[in-house]
Amino acid sequence: MNDWVIEAKDLTKVYQMGDIEVHALRGLSIKIRRGEVVAIMGPSGSGKSTLMNMIGCLDRPTSGEYLLEGEQVSNLKDDQLAEIRNRKVGFVFQTFNLLSRATALSNVELPMRYSGMARGRKERAKSALELVGLGDRIHHRPNELSGGQQQRVAIARSLVNDPAIILADEPTGNLDSKSGVEILQLLLKLNEEQGTTLVVVTHDPEIAQQTQRTILIRDGVVVEE
Amino acid sequence: MKLWQAFIEALESLATNKMRSALTILGIVIGVAAVIAMISIGRGAENTITGSIEGIGTNLLFVFSGGSEDVRNPEPLTLGDAEAIADPFLAPSVGGVAPVLQGSAKVSYGGETSVTQVTGVTPDYAIVRNDEVAEGEYINESHILGQASVALLGPDIAEDLFGRTAGLIGETVRVEGQPFRIIGVLESKGGSSFSNEDDRIVVPLTTAQTRLLRRSSRDRVDMLLVQAVSADAVPQASEEVSQILRTRHRTEIGADDFTLLSQQDFLDTAATITGVLTIFLGGIAAISLLVGGIGIMNIMLVSVTERTREIGLRKALGARKSDILIQFLTESAVLSLVGGIIGIILGWLIAFGVGQIAEASNTDITPAIGIDIILLATIFSTAVGLFFGLYPANRAANLEPVEALRYE
Repeated sequence: MNDWVIEAKDLTKVYQMGDIEVHALRGLSIKIRRGEVVAIMGPSGSGKSTLMNMIGCLDRPTSGEYLLEGEQVSNLKDDQLAEIRNRKVGFVFQTFNLLSRATALSNVELPMRYSGMARGRKERAKSALELVGLGDRIHHRPNELSGGQQQRVAIARSLVNDPAIILADEPTGNLDSKSGVEILQLLLKLNEEQGTTLVVVTHDPEIAQQTQRTILIRDGVVVEE
Repeated sequence: MKLWQAFIEALESLATNKMRSALTILGIVIGVAAVIAMISIGRGAENTITGSIEGIGTNLLFVFSGGSEDVRNPEPLTLGDAEAIADPFLAPSVGGVAPVLQGSAKVSYGGETSVTQVTGVTPDYAIVRNDEVAEGEYINESHILGQASVALLGPDIAEDLFGRTAGLIGETVRVEGQPFRIIGVLESKGGSSFSNEDDRIVVPLTTAQTRLLRRSSRDRVDMLLVQAVSADAVPQASEEVSQILRTRHRTEIGADDFTLLSQQDFLDTAATITGVLTIFLGGIAAISLLVGGIGIMNIMLVSVTERTREIGLRKALGARKSDILIQFLTESAVLSLVGGIIGIILGWLIAFGVGQIAEASNTDITPAIGIDIILLATIFSTAVGLFFGLYPANRAANLEPVEALRYE
């Protein structure tokens, strides 16, 4: 059993945009160790969103291999990918993506609903919310929470199924600088305490500075580590 | 467990757009209510018509002169035919025969005049037709023999002429100008949709023959009413009557010169007509249910587009295609089910209201709402919801998670 959580070899992705073929990834390879904190940076159009979709199992590469916790996922079917996402990937989005009509607690429960877990969902969701410091706001709806608090709910949601990696896409992009710092601290604290592998996609150098490793991407390949 | 959860979630998401959901449900409500109301009114009408046909009497055969095909020398029905059929040795399955002469005549009393149906009958007619006398007596043999100028009034004509239905015995009315003494008033048979059984007068057959309804020959009658001894004996009686008439009219080899109809034939015809009517009404109503279903599809498509990001998120969190499919199908099924339930109640109220109006205007239609119609409407409306929800739900389930998450 090796220690790599993510092993990607020669990933390519080609989109068909009308008549033009867009090469978003051109033979990209990365490896990420268990428990690492990695920032993926790059200018827009560099292919970092495409890479994030690959890592998060939201999309399949055109060619190349991708192993998540040693499991080959680059050629799975849609529903198998859904199951991998459910068990192994926690998403934190820039725009939080919470269900506005559901309470914090039900939002955090959502991933467990799709993993077919019947019992103990409430308790687990509650403890995840306590972990992110929202133990007193579990019955609030997103519109009753501040941006920072909403992102904490999203983080609790990403944690709740005990994933192999947490994939944060510009997690502080929609927050003021103070709550942005708080959210980043929270993510780093979780990495320290829970040992969760954290991959942050960002273009903010300040965030990248606080991670152990920064991967810079340009034109679909890794240019710097 | 999982379905229950999907149901709760569907209710939650429908509740976020109350007005829109309510309007969508309204489409189904109108459709289901129309189907329920139309079918139950149709069935009510059928029951009424069937009831009034059965009210004519039981186990009856109607014999008319004239066959369906050309016969060289068609003979009319006569009293002799009636006597032959009444012979228990010739026709053991026949319980009673009533020769009838029928026509309309002007009846007047004092200043009041009314045109009504005159029926010339024999005493057997009362048995065969279930005629009952409210007061006085029925036509008897001595009236027949004496060609007596006596009459029984139906309650409606009595009301028209005298303004009352009791204490009329001994009064004299004029029928076609000739005086007739009233010997009784008939029991009401209730309003009937296709002929008023209460607006008629009954006179002795012989009196009608000689004075009121003269036919080409002296002993000719318009119709023979034959009653079989039991419901099971109707086909047998029908066969016996046909044989007797064929022999008497000497048409054994050729075509019949008479027409024989059983009460069942009338019932069947009426059932066919009302059945077509019910299907027709129900079909029109079903179209509005279809329109309601299209309304559901429309709203669900809008909803899928609006919630593209939500679908993307759910997929990112591990929702399978089937999870998304079930979620949206449940929403459309809930819309149509709620619409169906409200529609059933509304349809029942409409049918009830129509029944009340019909009763107020003397047409007795009691809408018949059976469990089967309610079940049918529920299943049908849910099926409509599922059918029209399938396309939007499928569209949602097949969204690419990456595309859906990026959707603005």
